[in-house]
Amino acid sequence: MTERWRISVDHEVCIGSAVCAGSLPNRFKLVGDKSVPIEPEIEPDDDVLGAAESCPMEAILVVNAETRAVLAPEL
Amino acid sequence: MTVTGDHVRSYPFGTNHGLDLDPTYAQARAEGLVRIEMAYGGPAWLATRYEDVKTVLADLRFSRAETLGKDVPRILPAIVDDPSILSMDPPNHTRLRRLVATAFTARRTEQLRPRIQQIIDELLDDMIAKGSPADLAESLAWPLPIVVICELLGVPVEDRDKFREWTDVSLATDGVDMATIDAARDGLQGYLAELVAKRRVEPTDDLLGQLVVARDEGDRLSEQELILFGITLLVAGHETTANQTGNFVYLLLRQPQLWQKLVDDPDLVPAAIEELSRFTPLGAAGGFARIAKEDIEVGGQLVRKGEAVIVQMGAANRDDAVFERPDEIDFARETNPHIAFGHGVHHCLGAPLARMELQLAVGTLVRRLPGLRLAVPADDVAWRADRLVRGVRALPVAW
Repeated sequence: MTERWRISVDHEVCIGSAVCAGSLPNRFKLVGDKSVPIEPEIEPDDDVLGAAESCPMEAILVVNAETRAVLAPEL
Repeated sequence: MTVTGDHVRSYPFGTNHGLDLDPTYAQARAEGLVRIEMAYGGPAWLATRYEDVKTVLADLRFSRAETLGKDVPRILPAIVDDPSILSMDPPNHTRLRRLVATAFTARRTEQLRPRIQQIIDELLDDMIAKGSPADLAESLAWPLPIVVICELLGVPVEDRDKFREWTDVSLATDGVDMATIDAARDGLQGYLAELVAKRRVEPTDDLLGQLVVARDEGDRLSEQELILFGITLLVAGHETTANQTGNFVYLLLRQPQLWQKLVDDPDLVPAAIEELSRFTPLGAAGGFARIAKEDIEVGGQLVRKGEAVIVQMGAANRDDAVFERPDEIDFARETNPHIAFGHGVHHCLGAPLARMELQLAVGTLVRRLPGLRLAVPADDVAWRADRLVRGVRALPVAW
């Protein structure tokens, strides 16, 4: 089975800076003042790790969809 | 009078008086995108409405990279051709931002809190020991962010006079000749190159040391990108926060009832910092042009491919479509979605750090010096002129 990643955005901490939606409009969009992933489950994409690492609030969590292992941000 | 869409205004609109926002911005906001012409580079669109500014900042089709080396609308004669992170689009922008982003997250910044508090306490100990009155700008506003960014980056704080002067001159918008500006930029480049070279002999684990490793071992950025990134972090890491600290304390002391509110209830400080960030038009004028990579509509106005757009965040933060009584400082706003730190990919990397420095600086002042007041009439406070960002020359205070 090919690996799948799961993206979530914690709306308690998201400040709507749009660093993610600005850099990856195919992966994130702002709904109101909060970012939401366009597709919560995706094929592996290094750019999404970049978005999670670049989020000033670390509101974006990327995990392996099957194992739930955290891929970003680094803890 | 009917103002037509092709009416071109000269920009910046006028000479700034302190932190006042030129009244022409309110007219511009009523109209939507307006045509402006700056000293160089031909006409541009100016966005001042909150929604329009956010649209432009979040849409990658408005490109910063397309301005590089081009004769785009600008205040100074020189054409910018340094590929700093400020002039990049994704994926290059993301590649660089990723290298340092984790050092500036809210979580990592939180770990700096005790050290930042200690720096503030020591600076205030000195100021108080020397006695009232004092210049708050030189006693606290400037040294605080300088010490913090020096420690983060690994820049010797003893060199501060040198890089402050280069920074000041390199951000001039008038009153300094181009040769002097070029010399200051060369000074910064040579200085950062020297610090980088030292790390190749003796590695360090500061941010600059980490960038050198990313360059030498990971080939994740070029030598020029490394030097320019170092300069950007050093300059952006102190100039903005230093000026905002002075600006915020000035605004609080100019309206002593605001200061008193914080003295009575220091828990209001974080909300006050957000509100002062919204209210203070830090940028002297809009700059950093963006070029439309295709035809794009913004707020009902078609921007054609190749045209330049400039945004003014300070004006957007006074948009009454979003903020009630926008020209009033109100710590009790229920929501405050200001864009003082920008929006989109270029959203200020150091925003969590700036917020913490400003909150701790103001919070410590209201606690330790509740009787703080301006030592001169508010109108006599002198302002730095002809610079990209606004700030006091000095802030005489007494207690």
